[in-house]
Amino acid sequence: MTATTTVPQDVGKTMQRDLLAKYYSALETANQRGEPVAYLFIPGNIVELMRCFGFHAVYPEINALQCGIKKVAGDNIVRAEDLGYSSDVCGYVKNDVGLMLADRQSPFGKIPKPDLLVCNYSGCNTFIKWFEALAHFYGAEFALVDFPYIREDGISDGDVTYVVAQLRELIARCEQRTGIPFSETKLRGILELSRQAEELWVQILHLAKEHPSPFDAYFEAVFYMAPINMLRGTPECVDYNRKVLEEMKARRDEKRGPVPEEKFRIVVEGPPAWPHFRTFWELFKRWGAVAVASTYSKVGGLYDQGVRHDPDRPLESIAEYAMGSYTNWNLKKRADLLRRYVEEYEADALVIHSVKSCRSFSVGQADFREEFVNELGIPTLMIESDLADPRYFQEAQLRNRIDAFFESLAQRRLTGVTA
Amino acid sequence: MAGLERTIEQCRTLVEDVTFPRARAWKEAGGGVVGSFPVYAPMELVHAAGMLPVNLFGAGGGVEIEAADSRIQSFVCSITRSTLELGLRGNLDTFDGFLFSNICDVARNLSGVFARNFGAKMVEYLHLPQNIASSAAVDYMTGELRRVLKSIERLGGRHVTKEDLAGSVKAFEGNRLLLRELSRIRAESPWLLPASESYVLARASGLLPKEEHTKLLGDALLEIRARASRPMDKMRILLLGSFCEQPPLALLKAIEDAGCYVLDDDLALGLRFLDAPMAANGDPVRSLAQAFVHNAMNSSVCHTRAPRNDWLIARAEELRVDGVLFCTAKFCEPALYDYIPYKEALEKADIPHLHVEFEEKMTAFEQARTQVETFVESVLFD
Repeated sequence: MTATTTVPQDVGKTMQRDLLAKYYSALETANQRGEPVAYLFIPGNIVELMRCFGFHAVYPEINALQCGIKKVAGDNIVRAEDLGYSSDVCGYVKNDVGLMLADRQSPFGKIPKPDLLVCNYSGCNTFIKWFEALAHFYGAEFALVDFPYIREDGISDGDVTYVVAQLRELIARCEQRTGIPFSETKLRGILELSRQAEELWVQILHLAKEHPSPFDAYFEAVFYMAPINMLRGTPECVDYNRKVLEEMKARRDEKRGPVPEEKFRIVVEGPPAWPHFRTFWELFKRWGAVAVASTYSKVGGLYDQGVRHDPDRPLESIAEYAMGSYTNWNLKKRADLLRRYVEEYEADALVIHSVKSCRSFSVGQADFREEFVNELGIPTLMIESDLADPRYFQEAQLRNRIDAFFESLAQRRLTGVTA
Repeated sequence: MAGLERTIEQCRTLVEDVTFPRARAWKEAGGGVVGSFPVYAPMELVHAAGMLPVNLFGAGGGVEIEAADSRIQSFVCSITRSTLELGLRGNLDTFDGFLFSNICDVARNLSGVFARNFGAKMVEYLHLPQNIASSAAVDYMTGELRRVLKSIERLGGRHVTKEDLAGSVKAFEGNRLLLRELSRIRAESPWLLPASESYVLARASGLLPKEEHTKLLGDALLEIRARASRPMDKMRILLLGSFCEQPPLALLKAIEDAGCYVLDDDLALGLRFLDAPMAANGDPVRSLAQAFVHNAMNSSVCHTRAPRNDWLIARAEELRVDGVLFCTAKFCEPALYDYIPYKEALEKADIPHLHVEFEEKMTAFEQARTQVETFVESVLFD
């Protein structure tokens, strides 16, 4: 094991923090200024379209993870459970309801009420139930865009036609609500900015193929990905990704990574344990384990698999992007992607963090483990906790499992045993 | 035993037999068998291809979960775990294929687990339109049904004609008509038919050849109407939340024994999911899509309609119930989410409600019975 040092706060992190502070600050007064507010989800989010109508975009999932990091998710969850929510349903949903019950006052500012709840359904049925509940509590308008799951190898023309028709229906509703006519020219401009940011983001992700990887593609990427998920379609997002890319290239040139010495390269499947984020990361860092690829950093879009917004095919590319979010892929495609990540990023092992809250992510993961260990011979660790509910994080138990796993990996190296 | 009692007993045995004897017999006679996971699947397509459609509902506590434990985490509902267990134990070897649809993330992902573990069989996941308010929903669903039909045709080794489909749609519609009649009798005269009996009669619809069940149910309905039972002083309730995983029969019985008439429920909802006569437009596949989009029964898995709470209050008032019983499976997210707005709407309308949670493997029902008894007493003797 290695004693870890703290990586200094760098441009990727400081700039991200400033961008988010600016974003939350603009939200605080949106209701008072009479500016329209749309709630959206990260996977398959159609923020480019909403920007055409001047909507502020609120992401309840981001609020939930921020509440997790700031250690207030537990209180929010208990408030929702007092209202009747079961201990067995998603912690993100309960955090959001709890936040609403606390007058939407979060550690990062006051969250505005929604005018429009755009359920960009993509790979998570809980999203629908979540916004149905918010529509009930707030009396706000609910708009569902149904993005078919990828059930065969690719996306069919029928699926694209269905989604585009729904997007057009949503456009008509937005026009009616805001009085702003839809401008395809404006949308194309916004999509061009998205495309540029996506290109840069993919270049960043690919740098993790280097030895050592200049950054942790899970524990750090989850911060670097905030702008591409939340601020896509703005010049700030493009600028941010450009600066992060420069920083990662500099790190690469200096052979500098997130740990003093990269000893194990891992691929991580599943969301992080936000309420215990630092502790969770530390459990891996102390082994010199660095994530070189992760699937959680793809929930907002599988850009590294070729997904792009395209100004020349505005609505069609939005449809394809949305259906191409990680949890909207069938399990076979997901397992295949994990296998390719292990190969292409030259990883030593797969780590699956299974969270109770998100069945969309977690059901099937235990079967992945069977496949990876028994059929592919890839060392795989599966651990369980939660992405929002601090009560599910059993540090001692996790530490034991993680230590035993890396000990056995180290042993394999010494004895030269493969698989 | 009188004819009706014998029929009910036969149906109960069928429901509880996790070796699927009728599917096995069908297979031994050279036929194909396709199973579906709840809530809804267009089993008419399977029927039209000359195969036996079987509605799977887990194992109802009929198997110990062992092999499935390594593939499905402990925080997942029983029906998912037990359905996989049935497959891994070989109880589903008789089946040639399976249909899944998007009721929740768990059911959807289970289709992927099935596809990997039973790769030689047909495993189709249908993405049914969730946005039924969209003008594109019928076209989309028609396309999705045609895609799955092709897969079923390949499996059955024959081309399915429009006439085949029309015949199957008619056969299913005739069956649903009788299932609706069964529900109507119970809503109007619950003393004639306990829910625990009506339930097994209905469940047999997904286990027997459709025509055979239609005949069986038609005969049973005549006898039910002729029963001499008299009304008793019981609490009239609406039971909700069991649209996918099914409560143990003993729990249903305990609820009734605690002093309830269950006037309506959402048990095994998929068997009667399409709630109105099918449009005859010359294209049976499109008719099915239209029926799903326009006439699906109200449930936690159907979206973009008028708010479900409004439906619940209207239904409770129509049935003149004294209370609503939420009977939900542990870990069932769609039911558990809907419980909140439902509960609030009922409280606003001053309609008493109670929440009982179940698992397939539960064996002790005293606590649930006491809970329901207390509920009944608090309402009837208020």
